[in-house]
Amino acid sequence: MTNMPHPTSSSAPSAPEVVVVDVRDPADTLPPPPGDPAPHGSRTIDLKVRILDENDRRAAENREFFQKRGIRALNLVSSPGAGKTTLLQRTLDAFAGEVGAAVLVGDLETANDAQRLRRPGVPVAQITTGGTCHLDADMVARGCAALRLDGVRLLFIENVGNLVCPASFDLGENRRITLVSCTEGEDKPLKYPPMFSSAHAVVLTKIDVATAMGFDRAAALANIRRSAPQAEIFELSARTGEGFDAWLAYLRALL
Amino acid sequence: MHELGIAEAALRQVSLQASQAGATRVHRIVLRVGALSGVDPDALRFALEIALPESPVAGAEFEIETVSAQARCNRCGRDFTPANGLLFECPHCQAIGGTITQGKELDLVRLEFS
Repeated sequence: MTNMPHPTSSSAPSAPEVVVVDVRDPADTLPPPPGDPAPHGSRTIDLKVRILDENDRRAAENREFFQKRGIRALNLVSSPGAGKTTLLQRTLDAFAGEVGAAVLVGDLETANDAQRLRRPGVPVAQITTGGTCHLDADMVARGCAALRLDGVRLLFIENVGNLVCPASFDLGENRRITLVSCTEGEDKPLKYPPMFSSAHAVVLTKIDVATAMGFDRAAALANIRRSAPQAEIFELSARTGEGFDAWLAYLRALL
Repeated sequence: MHELGIAEAALRQVSLQASQAGATRVHRIVLRVGALSGVDPDALRFALEIALPESPVAGAEFEIETVSAQARCNRCGRDFTPANGLLFECPHCQAIGGTITQGKELDLVRLEFS
């Protein structure tokens, strides 16, 4: 009240005093409690971490290992029964005495495939995954540790037969080779895109029985080109040897 | 069914990132799964329900964001959504040979913790 202009003042009327209306909750003026200012608060962080980061790192180590040793590694993927082992049998026979080769073969159980692939001078290791439906980079590293790789130029990794899961796992390979057999039908490439879109080469196998199967070759090739335009395509029979020279030339060119 | 392995790998990343951030408890996990990642979101959800209670981040909630496939035509430059397995076939100019721009994601994208 003492600041009210005096009615009898002779000076010019002065501006009214500023009125402050404090609407803050009284509690807000209190000092923060000691300790954590927000004991129940949570924090959020945004990330972009690959879930398979561990596998990718291991794959990079494998790639470096292959590079240092002058090894070219090929990851062969397909559904079960497409002919991976038969393709490798004939390939190993063709390269005997010419190109040093080794094989890692993955299956849920048994060493049957490794037995089929045994050749003089060819180190072979069977990786039995138990229940796991694909090989990962760590399994490949452990498989390599079990092999004598002196003089080996080509490492064939026969993945677990499965046209879905192995696509997600980089093994550190230099080339991913997807096999599809004439007996599987023409539209496999369209049904399982990741396995084809990530392939460096697609091998159409069992062409010796294509006619008997009523296989539409043109449709199959068109589907492969649509789902894997980046891939080289090979058509062959590992049983008769038809078309095999082009496949062997592709492998030699990798060296 | 490799989603159990994916779930376990995801939870290892969660534990690693959470401890690096100084978290004592993880409340919420957000993963992002692309249509071309080779991982089925429903199977991954099922796998996480099994794996999470056994993990160091038991009690956390999780969410899976799905991301559709996207590609860009190498000839006409237009973006398109690949359909029916035709990853590279441009629906605008029918050229075969596109570049995938989205859909391969398999990422841990967010963590809520205290």
